Amino acid sequence: MALYSEKVMDHFRNPRNVGVIEDADGVGEVGNPVCGDIMKIYLKINDDVIEDVKFETFGCGSAIASSSMATELIKGKPLSEALQLTNKAVTEALDGLPAHKLHCSVLAEEAIKKAVKDYYDKNGIEYDHDLFPDCEGCEHCCDGH
Amino acid sequence: MIYADNAATTKMSKKAIDEMVEYMEGCYGNPSSLYEFGQEAKVALEDARNRIAACIGADAKEIFFTSGGSEADNQAIFSAAKLGEKHGKKHIISTAFEHHAVLHTLERLKKQGFDVELLDVHKCGVVTPEQVRAAIRPDTCLVTIMFANNEIGTVQPIKEIGEICREKGVLFHTDAVQAVGHLPVNVREQNIDLLSLSAHKFHGPKGIGVLYARKGVVLDNVINGGAQERGKRAGTENLPAIRGMAVALEEAVGNIDSYTAKLIPLRNRLIDGLNKIPYSELNGDAEKRLAGNVNFCFEGIEGESLLLLLDDKGICASSGSACTSGSLDPSHVLLAIGRPHEVAHGSLRLTLGEDTTAEDVDYIVKSVTEVVTYLRNMSPFWRDLVNGKRPHVFAE
Repeated sequence: MALYSEKVMDHFRNPRNVGVIEDADGVGEVGNPVCGDIMKIYLKINDDVIEDVKFETFGCGSAIASSSMATELIKGKPLSEALQLTNKAVTEALDGLPAHKLHCSVLAEEAIKKAVKDYYDKNGIEYDHDLFPDCEGCEHCCDGH
Repeated sequence: MIYADNAATTKMSKKAIDEMVEYMEGCYGNPSSLYEFGQEAKVALEDARNRIAACIGADAKEIFFTSGGSEADNQAIFSAAKLGEKHGKKHIISTAFEHHAVLHTLERLKKQGFDVELLDVHKCGVVTPEQVRAAIRPDTCLVTIMFANNEIGTVQPIKEIGEICREKGVLFHTDAVQAVGHLPVNVREQNIDLLSLSAHKFHGPKGIGVLYARKGVVLDNVINGGAQERGKRAGTENLPAIRGMAVALEEAVGNIDSYTAKLIPLRNRLIDGLNKIPYSELNGDAEKRLAGNVNFCFEGIEGESLLLLLDDKGICASSGSACTSGSLDPSHVLLAIGRPHEVAHGSLRLTLGEDTTAEDVDYIVKSVTEVVTYLRNMSPFWRDLVNGKRPHVFAE
């Protein structure tokens, strides 16, 4: 029994959408080097649709696989749909993660939300604040470390 | 496959396997039984005890078989603490980078009112005898310091520490799990009162070890029951494993010189190769370390993903990252030598063995260089380091 599912290993070995979008419309970074994982999501948005998405991740195998899967799940989708993405959906799409690695899928969800929020903030677009996690004091990114 | 995780466990010696099979098939009697068949097992048991004692300069009566290094550590420390408590002595000296079998046992004693002092091991990963001398108090009942560290391989000045403990009348225990069979160990010459060892670190079987306790040091039982091991460790003796351990130990001790002569150049070749990776650094002293141990930190990457990609290239290694330790914090050993968290997450331990070749070392260097470069290229942390948004920890 391997540590990770075949799906996780596939996305870890061949991550989709790795890289940077230089002229991104929204960028979200979560995590902290002290905790050993950082995820950064870059979005290119056109007409409220995610035209392109790239990620950079510093972290373990499941962090890289979660980022890769999350970007696949939101690529080409309207922002409203991307905001509905949950860590559970990322985990399920990966055929599961070990219990102590679920945190990685939460980071992926939060990084995407942070990137969308960045896009809204930059363009002065009104939004429902409840849609976005309050990162202050949240243990997932362990910023308070 | 290149097996470079010999500090985790080792490939079993063929001689030890043959010995074990012989005892499983032919000599399965219980050493406690009075009939001849049982007594044959008893003779074989005592013969193994004599031979193991000879390998570490002990007397056979000072050898107690345990389930391994962890149990031996537990029993040694609890015993010394109990002896100390009788005389009102509840101060214990250890180091910050001991194995968890020692540290977690000390944690329990702390809850029972013991005062545990962990000495600094410095950036080099070596404690000095002077530190021990300065820390000993009238109420010190035990000094427990590992012979060689399991992660960074640094070797401690055991003989000198033992001498100070002897002089001050304080019991000295050493967790020698990584040292026995790899370095010359002699409990008499090195002034050791209590020592733990584990067979599977020197090509013996898993699940068997020894607690050496100098004559006169009264042990307290961890496992209660029958009168085996002179009443100090209950349970029917695992004779095949004990026989396998004796054979493996004699073999390993006999090979120390050739093993060391072979491994040190390979280890140094590996260190030189990995040093060429920018922003990386060797953990622990370069000289005062086990012949087969290499431990590096690489900036900007995380250890678990490094291990998984090395596994894909057929290399078995280990890391001290939080993700591999199953906790939120990276290795306590790397933190103890002053590595910041963000760098400790990017650690790699490679421990070579008898079978390692120069070609293996070159392949490891090539593979690690490729994987580190690949992971850095997708790391936002590395990007920040390169762009000067975060400060580098190491020099280029």
